[in-house]
Amino acid sequence: MEQDRIRNFAIIAHIDHGKSTLADRILELTDAVPEREMREQVLDSMELERERGITIKAQAVRVLWRGHQLNLIDTPGHVDFTYEVSRSLQACEGALLVVDAAQGIEAQTLANAYLALEDELEIVPVANKIDLPQADPEGTAAELAELLGESPERVLRMSAKTGVGVEDVLDAIVERIPPPTGDRDAPARALVFDSSYDQYRGVVAFVRVVDGRFETREPLRAMAQGTTFEAEELGVLSPARVPVESLTAGEVGYVMTGLKDVSRLRVGDTLTSRRRPAVEALPGYQDVKPMVFAGIFPIDSDEYPALRDALERLKLNDASLSYEPETSHALGFGFRCGFLGLLHMEIVRERLEREFDLDLLITAPNVAYRATKRDGEVVEVHNPAEMPREVDTVEEPYVKASVIVPKDYVGPVMELATDRRGRFDHMEYLNEGRVLLSYELPLGEIVLDFYDQLKSRTRGYASFDYDLAGFRPGDLTRVDILVGGEQVDALSLVVHRDAAYDRGRQLVERLREEIPRQLFDVAVQAAIGSRVIARETIKAKRKDVLAKCYGGDITRKRKLLEKQKKGKKRMKQVGGVEVPQEAFLAVLNLGDERKR
Amino acid sequence: MTTAAVRHLYVHLPFCAHRCGYCDFVTAVGREDQHGAYVDSLLAELGLEQEILAPRLETVFLGGGTPTFTAPDALARVLETLPAAEEVTVEANPETVTPALARLLRDGGVNRVSLGAQSFQPHLLDVLERRATPDVVREAVYLLRDAGFDNISLDLIYGIPGQGPADLEGDLAEAVALAPEHLSCYELEAKPGTRFTRAHGAELARQVDAMEDYFERVVDTLVSAGYRWYETANFCLEPERREGRDLRARHNLAYWHARDYLGLGVGAVSTVAGMRRRNKPSLGAYMRATRSGRRPPRELEALDDETRARERLLLGLRLDEPLDLGRVRGALDEQACARLVARDLVELSTGEDGPAMTLTRRGRFLGGAVTAEIVAWPAQLPAELPAQLSSELPAELPAELPSELVA
Repeated sequence: MEQDRIRNFAIIAHIDHGKSTLADRILELTDAVPEREMREQVLDSMELERERGITIKAQAVRVLWRGHQLNLIDTPGHVDFTYEVSRSLQACEGALLVVDAAQGIEAQTLANAYLALEDELEIVPVANKIDLPQADPEGTAAELAELLGESPERVLRMSAKTGVGVEDVLDAIVERIPPPTGDRDAPARALVFDSSYDQYRGVVAFVRVVDGRFETREPLRAMAQGTTFEAEELGVLSPARVPVESLTAGEVGYVMTGLKDVSRLRVGDTLTSRRRPAVEALPGYQDVKPMVFAGIFPIDSDEYPALRDALERLKLNDASLSYEPETSHALGFGFRCGFLGLLHMEIVRERLEREFDLDLLITAPNVAYRATKRDGEVVEVHNPAEMPREVDTVEEPYVKASVIVPKDYVGPVMELATDRRGRFDHMEYLNEGRVLLSYELPLGEIVLDFYDQLKSRTRGYASFDYDLAGFRPGDLTRVDILVGGEQVDALSLVVHRDAAYDRGRQLVERLREEIPRQLFDVAVQAAIGSRVIARETIKAKRKDVLAKCYGGDITRKRKLLEKQKKGKKRMKQVGGVEVPQEAFLAVLNLGDERKR
Repeated sequence: MTTAAVRHLYVHLPFCAHRCGYCDFVTAVGREDQHGAYVDSLLAELGLEQEILAPRLETVFLGGGTPTFTAPDALARVLETLPAAEEVTVEANPETVTPALARLLRDGGVNRVSLGAQSFQPHLLDVLERRATPDVVREAVYLLRDAGFDNISLDLIYGIPGQGPADLEGDLAEAVALAPEHLSCYELEAKPGTRFTRAHGAELARQVDAMEDYFERVVDTLVSAGYRWYETANFCLEPERREGRDLRARHNLAYWHARDYLGLGVGAVSTVAGMRRRNKPSLGAYMRATRSGRRPPRELEALDDETRARERLLLGLRLDEPLDLGRVRGALDEQACARLVARDLVELSTGEDGPAMTLTRRGRFLGGAVTAEIVAWPAQLPAELPAQLSSELPAELPAELPSELVA
């Protein structure tokens, strides 16, 4: 199809603001999906996505509307996937900005709208859910107009649920969003904006062709990573896969690569033909690095091989997940996993537990640190237990965080941000009731409990988004926990020096409660290097013997002993101390409890 | 089965005037009309088992229930018919002790009486639902002394709901003042499901911490009063206080030395030649079977060598004498043992037959946990009865062995 008949667009919306419902309506109106196959939210194909109501993996759907080819490029809807969102947006010329008219703009919507504006996308603002009694289409339109510097009349009104206004939205896509302008005669270039793994066909790349033309069976190269392969099949999603002979500039489709590993073809890379290669790759490719790390251990050590297999399988579909074997003295064999952020971690954890039926113990998450040792060597540390004890400086990742709250909650939010070492950047009124606060915060504080605190201090009204802003030095220190004089590697943490004492004391107190009394006194300590900053003693038991044992009691006594012995087998040994699995769980859940 | 010369005999007399709230023994309240018939059954069972008894017994122990609540003629018949033994012990409740009873016991060959005193504080005796008052307890001791008994044991219970440290000290002082040859001191166990636990369980749980050192107080007080703490819960006067006599309970020592013993009566347990047998606790079933010349319904448990070694370990560590390591080979985790030596909970020594171990004072207070630590993890726990033993089963027993016994 001619480029001037093509429109490539994304939908930007906050969770639950109606993106998936709108996508469903669009598919319906354009007859892309026969009604009997129509199930709610066709685009979110993973069970977990459907259940959580969020979109994890972006996909693209081609529909026809009044003589035009519309390619809807779905974007992941969460803060952890900013890079993927930006790649999806780069594949478009425009975006629908969908806002729940009953809720107003949320921080995340704002962040993604800014991304779209940076890419010079044409933004079509839409107030959704106008059928709701509490909807305020006028207020929402005013807010959107203010944000985009448009007139409120240009803001479309719609109810994706009832279908009212959806046709107008489709028309606006055709009218307002410009067609692609690629050079169809130039050497072929296509942007990889997503990929997935097909059990039988290998890696499937989702691409937007920018210049030239790709043919089936053409030898291809990914310009950033250098990976080469052949286009085994080209096709479009409508929404089922439909093979095509070629994809030309302006079009969106998929490429069957036959690759066996998603990490060999990363989102953001540029595909070109090896017959007539392009000279310059498309801009914006980044090697996305995990910033949040946690140890994942099977509760039952026999499940280690199952956990390894499960991670391998998840990794096929999730190039941003990283893991390497980790051996913890306290927790046994497991993996240290790297995630883009907390939600990414939660998703991986839930998929491991749900799809692979594993019982897991997950250590408190930490961020990546950059430590400069005394000899000048710089190391990146993903596990607090591996933080060198002698360091010159430690840097930690910072983020630019935006919080949108009703103005009554500005105080509590500022208090929280300051408490979490935030540096105030700016504040602006979005309208008379709602305020945007901008802070720079250490990612480590966010990983700890910032989001939950934010929600609880604003009664759930705050919305929050962040963007990585690089590494900064911090007065950070490693705190070790010792039981019976032996370090419990799984409980080491890196914290700001001011918080070290409190965190150490908390952990130590909790462990004292959780570890049963032993045959001898047990010291539970928190230490910075060799300096003990908190200490509790678990006093030895003074008696543990059954009073009576005569001829009629022997069998019962022996069975009791055998049971006791069996129980001991399930304990972890640290410093000669028997620590029940539950104690680790309780301590690792400490963060969860503080949220409540 | 080979004829084993069993030298220790236990006889269970289940009748009681009243069932105390904390009791979980096999007992039957009242039923005076059945005492004679029960003794018939008992003697019938003795007849069936006679062949495994040694010609001369070392010990006989009459336990209950309240053996001295049994109708006097029935009790006399038991004592007359039982084989003679070097030590013959009868358990008695203080309120049952009369000059006539003392005489009956003496005439029946009893030379040791174990008296269930439990406490000398009226309010604590009330909590325990004991019928004797402190005066009655003292009176019983005097009566037994007058009748010539020179080996009297008192049972005390500590850790009673509402028992303060002063109450405990008082009980121990009263007991010591009576100069019994032997004392058994038990911490009150609130067994799940008993009436007592329902009534006092919550209060007991509350005072656990406050009572943590009671056991140590008991031991300290009795040891300084000249008693030997020879078993976890048992004390006897040092030999020099009684003309060099070893006043340990010989019958119970047989259990702790893991010797074979024969138990007669409802609910009684025997361990003979690698087989543990437990008569079922139903009085009716017991009497029906024995009346018609059959063995009572019972549960059987085969004890393999490994299991026996574990039992020797758990029993032997209750004593103050060194445990010969040769006797517990295979049941002992030697590494764990070394760790506990380092923790000053276990002491190694060289005995007559080679290396031996003893628990230190602190180790004895923690005996249960220490034993769990050093017992080797059994390669395979005994699961089922070996096939060749099924022919041993009494005819009326169902194929699988229900375990309705709680005690």
